[in-house]
Amino acid sequence: MKNLISVLTVVFAIIIIWYGAAYMMNKQWTLDQAERAGTTVTASEVFKDTMAQERPQLPAPHQVLTEIWKTTVEKKITSKRSLIYHGGITLSSTALGFLMGSLLGITLAISIVHSRAMDLSVMPWIIASQTIPILAIAPMIIVVLNAVGISGLIPKAMISMYLSFFPVAVGMVKGLRAPDTMQLDLMKTYRASPWQTLVKLRLPSSMPYLFTSLKIAMAASLVGAIIGELPTGAVAGLGARLLAGSYYGQTIQIWSALISAAVLAAVLVMLIGAIQNITLKRMGMLR
Amino acid sequence: MEQNSQAVIAAKNLNLVFETNDGSVHALKDVDLTINKGEFVSFIGPSGCGKTTFLRVIADLEQPTGGSISVNGMTPHEAREARAYGYVFQASGLYPWRTIAGNIKLPLEIMGYSKEEQDKRVQQVLELVELDSFGNKYPWQLSGGMQQRASIARALSFDADILLMDEPFGALDEIVRDHLNEQLLALWARTEKTIGFVTHSIPEAVYLSTKIVVMSPRPGRIADVIESTLPKERPLDIRDSKEFLEIAARVRDGLRAGHLDD
Repeated sequence: MKNLISVLTVVFAIIIIWYGAAYMMNKQWTLDQAERAGTTVTASEVFKDTMAQERPQLPAPHQVLTEIWKTTVEKKITSKRSLIYHGGITLSSTALGFLMGSLLGITLAISIVHSRAMDLSVMPWIIASQTIPILAIAPMIIVVLNAVGISGLIPKAMISMYLSFFPVAVGMVKGLRAPDTMQLDLMKTYRASPWQTLVKLRLPSSMPYLFTSLKIAMAASLVGAIIGELPTGAVAGLGARLLAGSYYGQTIQIWSALISAAVLAAVLVMLIGAIQNITLKRMGMLR
Repeated sequence: MEQNSQAVIAAKNLNLVFETNDGSVHALKDVDLTINKGEFVSFIGPSGCGKTTFLRVIADLEQPTGGSISVNGMTPHEAREARAYGYVFQASGLYPWRTIAGNIKLPLEIMGYSKEEQDKRVQQVLELVELDSFGNKYPWQLSGGMQQRASIARALSFDADILLMDEPFGALDEIVRDHLNEQLLALWARTEKTIGFVTHSIPEAVYLSTKIVVMSPRPGRIADVIESTLPKERPLDIRDSKEFLEIAARVRDGLRAGHLDD
């Protein structure tokens, strides 16, 4: 209950600030229009207008919500204007990219933990890979893959993978090294093979680290999916909605796509959080 | 010391020097010791005297830098490969994600025992440490003493004839400790294992052991080896007997002599 109150307080504060900012940013346009028409407007008229412009600098929250309502509940899912349709497309490449990225990250982490050569040689590249701006690489990935005949979902998922494998690899390296010397010595006294040590000790011990990394990877995957949609000509997906909106100055559309992406990310991360809770509780690591 | 056929562990002129950034540390210096089959040997001494290091050398967890040591007539490495010993650490190290039975199964799974054999052995060792009805419980549901008993059961499950214990009851309170000491003696009598036991406690060492190895630090070495004259049958109140107090006094003297060198 206390949590809920503090969350609501923050949300309320954001909405107030948002309305204030919308008024400030849209005021000039209203005043300019009035001047051009040679009329004078009262303060309340100005306020009313700033809340209902068709292409405001910053749309008011209720405008965005109305737009989201119209493009989700009131549109058929098959419609090109449905946010659910676009969200679904973004979600599918997010999910695929997340899956591939997580698998790649875990595989890399396992090889790094087991081989000093891998640790020394691959780790710097993993870190370097993340210093390259993804916006610069994304079009290249799309073009190169298209040239070899791969298009559609896979290239976008590759970009998601590129962003999401990193937190998983780094987190899992730490997680797989979590067992202390005593635990590892104990395995040694049993003459356990590296594989047995991995499966019976390292992997279970790494679970708390895994889930934390997966949450970050999921958010990164969504960003990757949206970026991947931009250079494909913005045909479909939340990224496409963002780009189309900015072409035509449809700020309300941009913001509704933005909010939808944020909600999608929050839901996905919360989903992982729920799985984390159940798993760690069952493993006796959360008490 | 001559190595006879009964010698399970024989160390001759054993040395171990750790190279650290602050120079070398002489953890074990010229250690000569023979442990015979079925003996209960305690290692006692202040921290840094090498008692844990010696146990770890036996277990092939540390490599000596000089001298020789044999375990069951083999090198420690071969003995470890042959799974010749069970090791009990100060912390139970039970996996929170496994039940007590599951934890005891861990070495059995690794060593490739069949399913039926695993279940049979788990049941056997659980009875041995008096935890028969706790197999399905998780470690957090057990007290510290019970967890340590479970870890002893785990070390016993694959029936190695040597049991190495590194301050297994060090983190437990005295009342629990007394109880576990009594149980350990009973267990030793039933299984006839050779036990190496590291401890800080003089009464514990005297109560449990057939042989007490008093060690002193810098460099880690053996100060005295005391053969206990106590009978094999030892009720807890034997600790008030004159004989017990005499042995304890000799251990204390040995420890004090080691400290005078500082």
